Amino acid sequence: MIGVIGYGAYVPKNRIRTSEIARVWGKDPRNAEKGLGVSEKSVPSIDEDTITIATAAAKCALKRAGIDPKEMGAIYIGSESHPYVVKPSGTVVAAAIGCEGELRCADYEFACKAGTAAIQNVMGLIEGGYIKYGLAIGADTSQGAPGDALEYATSAGGAAFILSKKNKDSIATIEETLSYTTDTPDFWRREHEYYPQHGGRFTGEPAYFKHVGTATKMMIEKMSLKPEDVDYVVFHMPNAKFPVNMAKKLGFSKEQVTQSLVVTEMGNAYSGSSVLGLTAVLDVAKPGDKILMTSYGSGAGSDSFYITVNDAIENKRDMCPKTWDMIHNKRYIDYATYTKYRRKILMR
Amino acid sequence: MKKVAVIGVGMTRFGELWNSSLRSLTIEAGIKALSDAGVPGERVDALYTGCMSGDMFVKQGHIASLIADYGGLLPVPSTRVESACASGGLALRQGLMAIASGFANIVVVGGVEKMTDALGSQTTGYLASAADQEWESFNGATFPSLYALMARRHMYEYGTTEEQLSLIAVKNHHNGSLNPNAHFQFEVSLERVMNSTLVADPLRLFHCSPVSDGAACVVLASEEKAKEISDDPIWIIGSGQASGAIGIYDRDDICTIDATVNAGKSAYKMAGVTPKDIDFAEVHDCFTIAEIIDIEDLGFFKKGEGGKAVEEGITSLDGELPINSSGGLKAKGHPVGATGVAQVVEVVTQLRGKAGKRQIKDAEIGLTQNIGGSGGTAVVHIFSR
Amino acid sequence: MGVPRFWREIPYRYRLIGSYCEKCNETFFPPREICPRCRRSGNITDVKLEEEGEIFSYTIIRTAPPEFDVQTPYAIALIKLKNGPLIMSQLTDCEIDEVDIGKKVRMVFRKISEDGDAGIINYGYKFILAE
Repeated sequence: MIGVIGYGAYVPKNRIRTSEIARVWGKDPRNAEKGLGVSEKSVPSIDEDTITIATAAAKCALKRAGIDPKEMGAIYIGSESHPYVVKPSGTVVAAAIGCEGELRCADYEFACKAGTAAIQNVMGLIEGGYIKYGLAIGADTSQGAPGDALEYATSAGGAAFILSKKNKDSIATIEETLSYTTDTPDFWRREHEYYPQHGGRFTGEPAYFKHVGTATKMMIEKMSLKPEDVDYVVFHMPNAKFPVNMAKKLGFSKEQVTQSLVVTEMGNAYSGSSVLGLTAVLDVAKPGDKILMTSYGSGAGSDSFYITVNDAIENKRDMCPKTWDMIHNKRYIDYATYTKYRRKILMR
Repeated sequence: MKKVAVIGVGMTRFGELWNSSLRSLTIEAGIKALSDAGVPGERVDALYTGCMSGDMFVKQGHIASLIADYGGLLPVPSTRVESACASGGLALRQGLMAIASGFANIVVVGGVEKMTDALGSQTTGYLASAADQEWESFNGATFPSLYALMARRHMYEYGTTEEQLSLIAVKNHHNGSLNPNAHFQFEVSLERVMNSTLVADPLRLFHCSPVSDGAACVVLASEEKAKEISDDPIWIIGSGQASGAIGIYDRDDICTIDATVNAGKSAYKMAGVTPKDIDFAEVHDCFTIAEIIDIEDLGFFKKGEGGKAVEEGITSLDGELPINSSGGLKAKGHPVGATGVAQVVEVVTQLRGKAGKRQIKDAEIGLTQNIGGSGGTAVVHIFSR
Repeated sequence: MGVPRFWREIPYRYRLIGSYCEKCNETFFPPREICPRCRRSGNITDVKLEEEGEIFSYTIIRTAPPEFDVQTPYAIALIKLKNGPLIMSQLTDCEIDEVDIGKKVRMVFRKISEDGDAGIINYGYKFILAE
């Protein structure tokens, strides 16, 4: 059985209100606020990127884990905004936290579920006896085309998890994980393109709901779960409506989703989305609590996890900033500053 | 050691000299100095030139050869000297040592910088090479920011005010308005200085010396040759040089430039004088705070009291201890490699009584102080009639 | 900056590894080949410096070289590290009027510069105000 011995979250400090974005494009601000349920989103500072975000989250995870970084056997970072197309983010983060050397590493991509795919991979390496500790990170500085609907919610953030065989230091145990994958072209980005394309309403039923729904149902069946068995539900959050609707469809209540619903005040951090929902839950969950998490990556697929919280969470939780505290630690910027930070201005 | 005198001086105007090149500037200053000395080119035993970076500004290295060649002085032994903004002062010291040691009798010492051929945005980067490239410039520090950090701390520890910093600029512009070779020959009001654009808080545009082109040159001679050739030799009675930490983060006290303190002590000892004996000085005011720190480090005022000194007019042209009668780097201009030599031109001109409207009365002993970077190098010379 | 030149400095820039002289008990950053006080009689080893400190002096840069121009105005500070030396660094994620001598700061890992759009990204230490 695999346990999580450390977790860390990072959310950049800058926020732009969705109403400010709507103002610039001459759109009704209620589209985003009420329609998407997102009031503001996080924006990386001009000196931040997926690597710096991943490093910040990893350092917190390391602090909570309390292990010597040299014992790390693997680092896998999932993102759709790796700073380099060729040269892994993982090696830079490894150097930043001091675990270069005997180390397995590669970068992952599967739209918004690259981080959870990284978790599954690290689990396999531990279970197979290949490594003692492994670091899995989901982080992104996602972009939406100016004026596109995606621009309201695409944001930045990341979470890191250090895994090992379950032991007394585990803050949580991953009881089970499974995935559901099909070829579904709902959202994509070609090489050399700066912004992604999407299929509009096609991203709903045949994409998000089909995969999150199927994977979660498979988990419910496998673990013989009833909705009331689960204390917290975490779904990938492209907006605030989809995860709440998904929960309802599956028989869960809105209350079970609320703690993880970070999207309302920070937007959709893509590979950082569901994993930040998970860290938000770990920040408050009690030993014995059950967490059901299903991520979603366009293209498409979902990874589902069933997690039990362990005693060690009580000692480790307070060692680093909490997810919602970071979301509330903010400074507002206007659209012009946002375009400068996100390099949307043609400089030459 | 032989005694050494300055027997000729010359300089170009300092400014944005679009029609002049690195070569033409050097030649112009050289011709003026040799004519002033009355020395024909064949009698020059050695040539020393201070130049911070022809390499970066005009992509020209090997300045030593270029100047000897274009100056028509081949095959004279020629050496280029570099230590950022102290290149000129250091060149003087090398020339001095060549004669004092008996290696040469008549030496030409020049300093030149051609800065305006580079774009302003490039110049900021080139000047930052005087700082610690890896650990200051790489992290986003600019050259003004290093002095700004010193200014902020000086204000914190000693209560130095922005007004005192600004008065340095006012004083030096006044002096510069009386100097036909100065880059800026206009007065500025205190209001104008204090309202100018911020460059690196608390330093504003008018607290910073400009980017200038220019060259300066002096002719040095041994005692024997000086007495033979010149009827007005000015003696170099003291010389001191010292190194300091290249990065300001490595200093124990960022309000003091140790290199100046040490170079000053050596120069005073060699000359057999104390700070009280100095009648006037040309000091390195690359930024207004630098002048305040310089006059403290040279022992003219207690640490922390440099600001008060300018406020009380002690360092004005008509004060007890005129500082930077030429206009200083602020108004005279700062073609980096030329500055150290231009300071000598001013001191010698004053001691000869030839400074016209900015003449200091009863000038007997003058001092020059030239700094490299934020204090990595300092060179001090003392002159007397 | 060339690729190998930056790569050599990674441990210092990423993890704040400095030098410690066992003879005179001083720490230095950036690292030194030889102790400036003890010279050859010293004994220099690597040491991980603390990531917290206090602002010793600061300035706000308004005119910057091309690679930093888009960030102006930004703060540069001399920071006295806890149990360590002075270090020069950019401050980030702060309003410029929040910066003052004596304020507590802590290290973060950020992008320092890039060798153009196609070149290597240079990462390293910056500091933020510690709440």
